[in-house]
Amino acid sequence: MSSASVSIAIAGYGGTGVITTGQLLLTACTKSGYFGLAQRSFGPQIRGGESLSLLRFSTQQVLSADDTYKLLVLLDTDHVDRFSAEVPLDKNSLVVIGKNDAGVPDFVEKSGAQVIHIPLEKLASETSDGGENIVTAGLLACYLGIEKSVIRTVLNDHFKEKPSLLEQAKQWLETGWNCAISAPDRLDIALSDATQKGPNWLVNGSEACGYGALKAGIRFVAAYPITPASGVLEWLAPNIEELGGSLIQAEDELASINMIIGASFGGIPSLTATSGPGLALMSESIGLAVASETPLVIVNVMRGGPSTGIPTKSEQSDLNIALHGLHGDAPHLVTAMLSIADSAFTTGWSVFLAEHLQVPVITLSDQSLAQSDASITQPDLWQLQPERLTAPHSDAPYDRYALTESGISPMSIPGDEDMMYVADGLEHNAHGTPSAASEMHASQLSKRAHKLSDYDYGEYWAEINGEGSHVIICWGSVSSVAKEAAGRLTASGTPCKVIALRLLAPLQVDAILAALQGAEHIVVVEQSHGAQFMAWLRSHIDFPCSAKSLSIAGPLPIRPSHIIDSLMQTESPAQEIEHVANC
Amino acid sequence: MSPTANSTDTKIPLSDTTVTRKPKDYKSSVSPIWCAGCGHYSVLAALTRALAELKLMPENVAVISGIGCSSRLPAYTRLFGFHGVHGRALPVAAGLKVARPDLTVIAVGGDGDGFSIGGNHFLHACRRNINFTYIAMDNEVYGMTKGQASPTTPSDWDHSKLTPHGTGIPALQPASLALGAGAGFISRGYFGDPKQLTNLIIDAIQYEGFSFVQALSQCVTFVPEQKHWKERVHPFNSNDISDPAHTAADIQRDDGFGLGQIYRHERPAWVPTHHDPDNTKSTLEVMEKTFCI
Repeated sequence: MSSASVSIAIAGYGGTGVITTGQLLLTACTKSGYFGLAQRSFGPQIRGGESLSLLRFSTQQVLSADDTYKLLVLLDTDHVDRFSAEVPLDKNSLVVIGKNDAGVPDFVEKSGAQVIHIPLEKLASETSDGGENIVTAGLLACYLGIEKSVIRTVLNDHFKEKPSLLEQAKQWLETGWNCAISAPDRLDIALSDATQKGPNWLVNGSEACGYGALKAGIRFVAAYPITPASGVLEWLAPNIEELGGSLIQAEDELASINMIIGASFGGIPSLTATSGPGLALMSESIGLAVASETPLVIVNVMRGGPSTGIPTKSEQSDLNIALHGLHGDAPHLVTAMLSIADSAFTTGWSVFLAEHLQVPVITLSDQSLAQSDASITQPDLWQLQPERLTAPHSDAPYDRYALTESGISPMSIPGDEDMMYVADGLEHNAHGTPSAASEMHASQLSKRAHKLSDYDYGEYWAEINGEGSHVIICWGSVSSVAKEAAGRLTASGTPCKVIALRLLAPLQVDAILAALQGAEHIVVVEQSHGAQFMAWLRSHIDFPCSAKSLSIAGPLPIRPSHIIDSLMQTESPAQEIEHVANC
Repeated sequence: MSPTANSTDTKIPLSDTTVTRKPKDYKSSVSPIWCAGCGHYSVLAALTRALAELKLMPENVAVISGIGCSSRLPAYTRLFGFHGVHGRALPVAAGLKVARPDLTVIAVGGDGDGFSIGGNHFLHACRRNINFTYIAMDNEVYGMTKGQASPTTPSDWDHSKLTPHGTGIPALQPASLALGAGAGFISRGYFGDPKQLTNLIIDAIQYEGFSFVQALSQCVTFVPEQKHWKERVHPFNSNDISDPAHTAADIQRDDGFGLGQIYRHERPAWVPTHHDPDNTKSTLEVMEKTFCI
């Protein structure tokens, strides 16, 4: 029996190459007209630790993981306890154990899943050692119902750069394929026919973010390496050069944020990318960008915190520092990428807003977006180029921080004759001269606040899907999970609406309240232990009905069933914050 | 003008040799917060004199600073300026110069800003060798916060309430640090010799790469004994300022009051690799195609 959606996890240890297996299968499924998602989970080891390829293939676009896995392939059973919680299994699941001498792990036994021994390691060694990941790709491609020519082509492309390994790899693939052919009913993972228009993009969240930045006009990047943000930078480094821009690897995050301040002061749209610890280091200088009204984009790819936390795994727990991390009254923008597909759009929009409003924009992504690949329908992209309000030449003395109706002051750039000014983190008057006078402080504080609060953000502040009295409010990467949960609820007779916030600060209170009209059951979903998003909403909004908080810390993903259970559990006392323990 | 990113073709001249320029053309009307007798007045005068002699157009010069008495300098100029946060002038200057190579970029600041809180950036500016000038106005004290020891304060200076027994730590040698970190232009001037300081600043601006000028600049308020510096300064003693091994020894033999060019070595300034695209739209389309199936 074929399925419209299949979830597969492949686990290995010691450099078995399961991420490659995932990439090969994702590309093959994509070329066969299926949508897919390939997430990665790594242990902390630099090389040779446990790694997990988490795959989902479907006839529809899927941007979140499912509740359970239909198939788990264990190339190795060492240290499986470290990732067992990331692969929920049930009695309908299949578990392939690929090593001859390996026993059945406890968590597999407890799940009731059907265990199947396939000697993948041994099959690979018939060609030569170490190819069980490619054998697995051949095996699974066959069981999924992929054409043999497709997976072969994908393998050829993959080894284009390493032709010496290709012949071996072809044999491994063949071995896996033949193993499946010899027992066609062993793994019931075949996908239904791909009927509708298939995907036309294969991208990961880091690439989408980087491309969105360049398309929207970013031409200078300075950054310091940090997991899981480095992927954005590694994509940008070669590509920004092609557009005449530059990327500097700075000595630390203090330098990178200040380098982009310098470049932006010079008139060039500028961006940095970092993760929580780096964002913390940048905080002082983001405040400088607020005070000096210097446009900046800071991409923050979240990971488990606080402190070093869990660098390789996802969490949405940097919301508080993004919103509140600056000292003084420092209004700035906080945006969030809602999915892998949305990463390009949100980054582009953030560039536009930063330039237009002369303000730093912290745009939040996370590990689950930045380190996952997805085959999707080409997403909407931000189309406009940045338009910074320039200062027309005038013989009158130039007031850089002139009080205007919109709060946005014309900005000259070095080279503009007779338009010199000194950008300053000290409070200043309209001209830019330092001033501690109370009226200057009041007027400048007010202009910096109202240029953001009065701006019309249009429809982009949120993605709103569906209608119904059951409402899910969410932000960032959990939005894809929320949409899947809402789709299931609606299909089963409970119409459900999702309000996924792309703009977190300034919070669009009136728009949120308008979207909540008719709501009778609300759940606020986020991946943090401290219910940070709920607290932020509550500080601005009186919900029209009871609102529950579904706030689960990382690193385990929130799954559609968590949201459905929370929303449909009506007996919970109203307005009570429900922390779901992470076990 | 509207710059393209990193455009190397300078559409407008950086200097205009047909016009006579005076130091006052580069000064603003803002009154400095500095104390009467502060050495920084002299450094400001030397800087504006250097710019006038180079006939640089004010709009093509940017002065970047952090926090401290000396970091107030940009407001006293009629130039583009950025008065940022404590210790971060050098990265702001580096970002600006890489994004806008057509500009003359000068970072200024004090010994605390440059060698304590901003010390890491000093090392990396020296080794990165982006073409801009750094003038460190060194008075061996934190003046703005009312007289605490800085990295260049002598270890036995016990006039600060924060370190009543002195710091007990040897003073940092900025020139030695710069040499070790790979700077190609190292010099030391003195506020009491504005002519020499002007010439050192001119040489620094003209040097192709990162150029470091340590400007000894007295603090009359918190270290009044610095008035005796005039009896201590002397020409920097070296018979080869282009050999780093020689210079390392010369710096160690020097008492920190040797004035003049300390080290000069020509090496290519760092510029990022980039291409000027013929057509931005089609370059972006090529990138986008890599995502297409």
